[in-house]
Amino acid sequence: MTRTGEITCEGITKVYAGGKTALSTVNFSIPAHGIFAVIGRNGAGKTTLARILSTLLEPSSGRASIDGLDVMLDAKVLRERMAVVPQEGRTVAWMTPVQTVTTYLMWRGVGYKESVRKAEEAMAQVGLEGQANRLNRTLSGGMKRKVLVAMVLASDAEFIFLDEPSTGLDPISRQELWRLLIELGKDRFVLLTTHYLEEAERVADRIGILNEGRLIASGNMEELRGHLKHQYSLKVPEGANLLVKEGEKITLGNGQVQVLTTRDEALELSKDLIQAKTQFSVNPVTLDDIFTYMVGAMDAEVTEFKEVEEE
Amino acid sequence: MSRLSSQIFASILVNAIYEMRNYPAVLLITVLSPLSFLTLIFFISGGTLLAVGIVGGLIMSMFSAGTSLQADLSHLKNDFKLQDMVVGSPTKASVYVAGMAISELIYASPALAILSILFALFVHVELVAVLGIVTVMLMMFLMSISLGFALATFSSDIVQSFAFTRLLSLLFTTLAPVYYPITYIPLPWRYFAYLSPTTYAAQIGHVLVGFYEIPRNQLMIDWAILIILTALFLWIGMKKARWREK
Repeated sequence: MTRTGEITCEGITKVYAGGKTALSTVNFSIPAHGIFAVIGRNGAGKTTLARILSTLLEPSSGRASIDGLDVMLDAKVLRERMAVVPQEGRTVAWMTPVQTVTTYLMWRGVGYKESVRKAEEAMAQVGLEGQANRLNRTLSGGMKRKVLVAMVLASDAEFIFLDEPSTGLDPISRQELWRLLIELGKDRFVLLTTHYLEEAERVADRIGILNEGRLIASGNMEELRGHLKHQYSLKVPEGANLLVKEGEKITLGNGQVQVLTTRDEALELSKDLIQAKTQFSVNPVTLDDIFTYMVGAMDAEVTEFKEVEEE
Repeated sequence: MSRLSSQIFASILVNAIYEMRNYPAVLLITVLSPLSFLTLIFFISGGTLLAVGIVGGLIMSMFSAGTSLQADLSHLKNDFKLQDMVVGSPTKASVYVAGMAISELIYASPALAILSILFALFVHVELVAVLGIVTVMLMMFLMSISLGFALATFSSDIVQSFAFTRLLSLLFTTLAPVYYPITYIPLPWRYFAYLSPTTYAAQIGHVLVGFYEIPRNQLMIDWAILIILTALFLWIGMKKARWREK
């Protein structure tokens, strides 16, 4: 076995019993370090991809490997090096945070005393020192999530899979979780699936966009921006008088129209909108814009404008 | 502590020690279930079925350990997604189940201790018979934990899982002639009782305590069926249970 230092998917397809295709010929190769966020709508295949890579689910066809180790053939070796927090993973109600982390480490083969010591250290790392010996069922949702993150933090796993770890958290708890994720991603590989585009943009080094089982884009923010012809986004209410010379106008369906355009055009349009006293927002394209363009635009009406140069 | 014992001990901590420490009420039910049946049988029979009832209680406790394993594994798998976390760790399925099975024995231990004391006080048999009953109990345990693990890996909902547990318990320990002799069931209904593996275990137990006699070759057939069923359920548990999902 040669260590490749990469996570690779070659033609990964998953068709569940009943015929539902969750993933369709997914191909990518990314470095096995840093944070890779997988985003997509409900049912896009995020969880299926995470479960296949974390050796919890067999693909129907294709091959996936982590650092040169096949997820099907070398699962035993891989499981020594990975840690998984599944979607809807919860802390066991009748245990305390320290007990939760301790037993998880013991399942990873660490001795009892060493596990307790590491669990207590992890409690401090996630800011739960004061809650370490309370029953999990008495903790808030944010604290319970932190306990699950503490489990993987305390482990020596190099590859970590977190399936929607921030779902249902309040904004403050989510930001605390992001801090921990960034910490984790410094010296390990983290695959993170999320619905929150802001989360992916804030914490991830690389982002993959799944839509209906297909990976439609993958890369860092710069590379993803490259999928868009224009780098500025302007949002105005539907019906606003807007004379777009260059760019794309997308009817978002929420009473707003988005214009993706150049920096200069955005500036010109902004001047017009200020004069017309129309409410608007303008900003460089975010992941939200890229996602809406690539996934949401499939449902939206897009009109392209191009300035024709006079000869 | 070796790596293997650490992994087994983790399951015992989660499913027995921490649960008993924090929710002691769960212990009561494991003690009361076999004893309540025994009390009922004792009063109804005017004490004549005491030995049969004690052996029945021991068999029920061992079988119930397996059905409880099914409920506990399903609960941990479906409600906490704990099994996914363990699958994605170095712990093997067999090690996880071994730990969980031992935890069920720990739960059953207070009831087993009381029943063993009653056995020593009221059932007077030779050592060979005691060894025979212990063997039957072990086979019941192996059979039920294998069945429990296989069913738990397939279950996707705790309500469905609890329904299975109650159904297995009802069919194999309440209706089946475990607490009472099979001779009490009139023909042809008696043949239906032989569909339950616990019937063979209980019949061996009842013969060993001398409540009734059956021809030697029939006793050998009971042992053979019990061994075959235990092997079959072990095979199902090892081969058919899902660890990584398909």
